[in-house]
Amino acid sequence: MAKTEDVAIFERNVAKALGDGQLRRNLRSAMATMSQRRRTLFADTEAFEQLRTLGQSIRRRALSQLPELLEQLEQRCTANGIQVHWAETAAEANAIVLDILRRHGATRVIKGKSMVSEEMHLNHFLEEQGIEALETDLGEYIIQLDGETPSHIIVPAIHKNKDQIAHLFHERIPDAPYTEVVEELNAIARGELREKFRTGDVGVSGVNFAVAETGTLCLVENEGNGRMCTTAPPVHIALMGLEKVVEKLQDVPPLLRLLTGSATGQPITTYFNMITSPRRSGELDGPHEVHLVILDNGRSGIYADPERRTTLQCIRCGACLNHCPIYTRLGGHAYGHVYPGPIGSILTPQLKGLDEAGVMATASTFCGACEEVCPVKIPFTEILRMLRNEAYARDESEHEVQGHGYRYTTVEALSWKSWALYNTSPALARIGAQMLSKFGQHLPMIGPLKEWTRVRTPPPFAPKTLHELAQQRGLDDDR
Amino acid sequence: MKAYYFGTCVIDACFPQAGLAGIELLQRGDVQVIFPQEQSCCGQPAYNSGFPDEARKVARHQIKTFAKDYPIVVPSGSCAGVLKHQYPRLFAGQPEEEEVRRFSSRIYELSEFLIKVLNVRLEDRGEPIKVTWHSSCNALREMAIIPYAKALLRQLERVELVELQNERECCGFGGTFSVKQPAISAAMVSDKVDDIVQTGAARVLSTDCGCLLNISGALGYRDLKIPTQHLAEFILERTHGQN
Repeated sequence: MAKTEDVAIFERNVAKALGDGQLRRNLRSAMATMSQRRRTLFADTEAFEQLRTLGQSIRRRALSQLPELLEQLEQRCTANGIQVHWAETAAEANAIVLDILRRHGATRVIKGKSMVSEEMHLNHFLEEQGIEALETDLGEYIIQLDGETPSHIIVPAIHKNKDQIAHLFHERIPDAPYTEVVEELNAIARGELREKFRTGDVGVSGVNFAVAETGTLCLVENEGNGRMCTTAPPVHIALMGLEKVVEKLQDVPPLLRLLTGSATGQPITTYFNMITSPRRSGELDGPHEVHLVILDNGRSGIYADPERRTTLQCIRCGACLNHCPIYTRLGGHAYGHVYPGPIGSILTPQLKGLDEAGVMATASTFCGACEEVCPVKIPFTEILRMLRNEAYARDESEHEVQGHGYRYTTVEALSWKSWALYNTSPALARIGAQMLSKFGQHLPMIGPLKEWTRVRTPPPFAPKTLHELAQQRGLDDDR
Repeated sequence: MKAYYFGTCVIDACFPQAGLAGIELLQRGDVQVIFPQEQSCCGQPAYNSGFPDEARKVARHQIKTFAKDYPIVVPSGSCAGVLKHQYPRLFAGQPEEEEVRRFSSRIYELSEFLIKVLNVRLEDRGEPIKVTWHSSCNALREMAIIPYAKALLRQLERVELVELQNERECCGFGGTFSVKQPAISAAMVSDKVDDIVQTGAARVLSTDCGCLLNISGALGYRDLKIPTQHLAEFILERTHGQN
């Protein structure tokens, strides 16, 4: 059977990731620490269950009135002096950002961490326009130095260990001495970044929650770089996916608690920024202009389908990555798209189409670890199963996910039809079972059995099936 | 009392002794076990692989086969999870939705039934043994029956349970996942085997033969002589001769 392109690419990525012993060791130790911290913080399971039920209801309430809330957000932001821009695609969002930068003659952009900016491939775009975009989150700074993209949505350099970073700094930062002392590495990065904060023309950030009621942009961070980017330069551009809006200010504390606790096991982050306006007259600091770019990029299509909409409940804590037995073995890069892990596997095929990213929905055993930790109770398994259905659904697609039916082949469809026939025809099943009992140990090692026996002994087909043994024992057959 | 027994396709083909052991444990609790010969698979392979119509077809066959109002006991957390929790989803909005809900409400995983309904008391007659335990993901999360399984195990006085370091982590089976994503599945089961080895246990027990097919296959491939066994078979062995 010919492989679809997404499958072939993924298989290559998987082979590379699994072959990298250092990567697996780095991931395992980092993920174990993060999930341990989370477990400690949410040790009271009953209280956590209550809190995440609240989180889920807040996100659902926001999504149930999404168009109205976005309109309200725009009104309130505008009234507060924040300029709101709408972008249907990543290209539109990039153009909006570029236009703002051009108007200010900006050539140096300093960036706080933003996954939406990754989705836009903003750094690459700006570089092509001759504009320097510098990542200031330490993790982002590290991977930018190495020409990489984030491998995790919260801890972008989680795939690297201290020694790898020590070498990287020494090689890529002019005059940086070689050191493996964490405090010294931090000091090197801080020294580099200070000057950039001072001289940056425009600051770019993401948005964790946007409050419709008050027109407030909330930004969660641990390093203070986010506050630098949003206050030091004269212009601040905030980027958000349109699902990030919440209704009321009082919705924020529970979501914040769930976000920081689920992400890093922290009760609260070191910094929590609430941005409601540019610098007002008489104030001594803050940007003179604040822009908010609200990006769709396929989200309204997800929103339109009530079953798929739950995907947009996500608050990007990354807990599903940290607890996923597949993410923790592959790391983020193997997924081949901006959002990896369980959230990436449900989001990306819907944003980019199944034909481009459908394979991500197959990277799950349905173990349910993601659902168990999700702070807003996203039904991951249900969505993954729906995406698998869509991948084979040609005309009869129920959810009309872009690229549906891309994986359909007559051979696979026929084999499942035969399987169904076998399992609904007792006489046929009896003969089949007897054949397996007799010849099961001598099956040719091809297809699925070939894959199975790469690391396992063949299935031990028994001489007599349970059906036969039950009959021999005279068990009531209910007829 | 009368109860249906749904043997599961993996047990039927590869581990029929585990299936029989479950039947014997029920009979010992004065249950008249009914084993419909027409039963086959719960439909999970198609259901999880993108073929819901075929899954529904096979599901309808089971619903028709287990028609009377008896409890249905299933010696697998995974298959029980599909029958109990996924069938109502599979048939949501279909004409037979109500009938399916009634069917699903009769599903019990075996160890759940032994504790909750039969309230069994076990007397350990075996030699001291050190075992380890593998929780199947659906037994652990969807069915949440691991407490029942471990309660049974705790009744066996001379059995020492050494838990895995990563008991809550999937073994990498995932049904068709094991052959659709063979490299990832192989990495997962390899780690599971390492975890089993470090316990020093003489045997690996579980409520799910799908996982055990995967784990025993990987243990065997690495020539490690640690037998795997379904909980029911283990209990029967330890308590032999009891009524």
